[in-house]
Amino acid sequence: MTTTASKPASAPETTAPDRPQQKRQKVEPLYYLFLFPAVVLFSLAITVPAIVGIFFSFTDSIGIGEWQFSGFTNYIAAFSDPAILSSFLFTFGFSLATVIVVNVLAFLLAVGLTARIRFKTGLRAIFVIPMVVSGIIIAYVFQFLFQNSLPAVGGALGIGPLETSLLANPDLAWVAIVIVTAWQAIPGALLIYIAGLLSIPSEVYEAGDIDGASKRQQLFRITLPLVSGYVVINVILGFKNFLNAYDIIVGLTEGGPGTSTRSIAMTIISGFNSGDYSYQMATATLFFIVVVIIAILQLLATRGRSSF
Amino acid sequence: MSSTNTAPSLSTATVTGGKSGKAPGDHLDKPTRRKKPRDKPERVNWGTTIVLFLCTVTVLLPLYVTIMMAFKTSSQSVDGNAFSVPTPISVQGFIDAWQLTDAPVGFAISVFVTAGTVIITILVASAASFAIIRNWHKRLFKWSFFYLLGAMFIPFPVVALPQIQLTGRLGLDNPIGVVLLASMFQLSFSVLLFTAFLRSIPMELEESARIDGASTWQVFWRLVFPLLAPMSATVGIFAFLYAWNDFMMPSLIISDPALQTLPVRQNLFQTQFSSNYNVAFASYLMAMAPAIIAYLFAQRWVMEGVTQGAVKG
Repeated sequence: MTTTASKPASAPETTAPDRPQQKRQKVEPLYYLFLFPAVVLFSLAITVPAIVGIFFSFTDSIGIGEWQFSGFTNYIAAFSDPAILSSFLFTFGFSLATVIVVNVLAFLLAVGLTARIRFKTGLRAIFVIPMVVSGIIIAYVFQFLFQNSLPAVGGALGIGPLETSLLANPDLAWVAIVIVTAWQAIPGALLIYIAGLLSIPSEVYEAGDIDGASKRQQLFRITLPLVSGYVVINVILGFKNFLNAYDIIVGLTEGGPGTSTRSIAMTIISGFNSGDYSYQMATATLFFIVVVIIAILQLLATRGRSSF
Repeated sequence: MSSTNTAPSLSTATVTGGKSGKAPGDHLDKPTRRKKPRDKPERVNWGTTIVLFLCTVTVLLPLYVTIMMAFKTSSQSVDGNAFSVPTPISVQGFIDAWQLTDAPVGFAISVFVTAGTVIITILVASAASFAIIRNWHKRLFKWSFFYLLGAMFIPFPVVALPQIQLTGRLGLDNPIGVVLLASMFQLSFSVLLFTAFLRSIPMELEESARIDGASTWQVFWRLVFPLLAPMSATVGIFAFLYAWNDFMMPSLIISDPALQTLPVRQNLFQTQFSSNYNVAFASYLMAMAPAIIAYLFAQRWVMEGVTQGAVKG
């Protein structure tokens, strides 16, 4: 089962004997040609900028012109900057809330969509639509609804808190962001849960039926444990996406009112225009470290469970 | 060799995925359907069906509002009633939006960015994955794999600022730069999918092709690449959705507003024409429609792609 076992036929220039195929054999140059575009482009596009960014986080650069090393000044400043702290807190709180909302709703929808229902294919198709719509555009549409329609409806029904725009309320604007983000993220999670539910053999439920398990018992004792691996996937993927929240927030609130809904991504990117280049690179580096720690923790915590 | 060792465990997983790639709907529907007849012959759960239909309102309402607003006249749109049906139906919003956002240019650029990202992602990722899997025993290739995968941890905002600087310096602060960056951000995930799939392709196929005198180049293009088609479709779908809909990267990388993609052009209405709702929504609709239409035609593959991609990834 080696690549070059039959090579002499096509590439006679390979002088290596083709018996001891294990270690010694030479790699055909073509393979480097196949590999290098990926590695080289990737390095230029992602690795080099990452290193450059981390490097500049230790300087006082404003993005252009001269700069000097400043050690950990940026980091110390970032740690004591309430704006950065609040954007970190907002982003993690929002991500956590959204992960929960998305997974609960997606799981329930998936259970419904794999039940004995009519119009199954059509219904599934509809619920996936939000996934293919641009985040920024859907945020603009929802912004209009939150600003004009919801207050009108709230006023007509006499629901006090809804009579003014949710987006103008510093304490509640995040709810709007969770709603829209969840609206767009549910389809992805839903499809994964459907795949998970379909992978459960029907014999398990038959056995449950024979043992007299109620519908509720089946849901909590059979279905949930058996899809726990899929929950893990959805939580990890969800966190990864929500921590980078940008489009939807820009479209809905621009980080406002005030700075109450400013995500980390927005804080970092604002550094480019405000001449805080090196300072926000320190934020970005901290963010990166936190993301890696979260990812590792998630992997460790779920090691055993994801072996579905 | 590790590629051989891991083959059995992975192949079972991907072979089912690959097979269903031909008939994606079956994969999603059959198991449930088969389950039914055994207990009670097709007793439809109408309660759940109705509840689900009610839930579709949450999905369809924003789309309904977009369409209704887009076809209103300016004077009718100002009253802010999102749910009313336009009377008379007006396409003036579309005409205005077309001109204000310079839609043909925006459309062309979005198509360019999307097509470029999809093509580069598929070509670069599949070639690299092929080289990696066939030379897994070589350290360089194995480490390249982990190197490429590592970027799944790097969020775009972390590298955004240096990227803006570098693309600016290299003269890539334009759609071409976005294509390159977007493809590279899709690379980790795509390589993961391709390598998993490649492990399931039996070596015997390649060996017999080589006996017939095919070079590695031919083996890849004539044999392996066509075999990768279902996975290329999955990878392509992800790249398409990302590139067509993304706002953050083009808005930061493309410095000339005249060269912006469709989603970025929409913020024009937020900043300058905020009360012309019909024009704004007509523009939103034009930017959304291609992805939705493409989805309606390819929805089975989209569903398949996501489940395959995410579950195996």
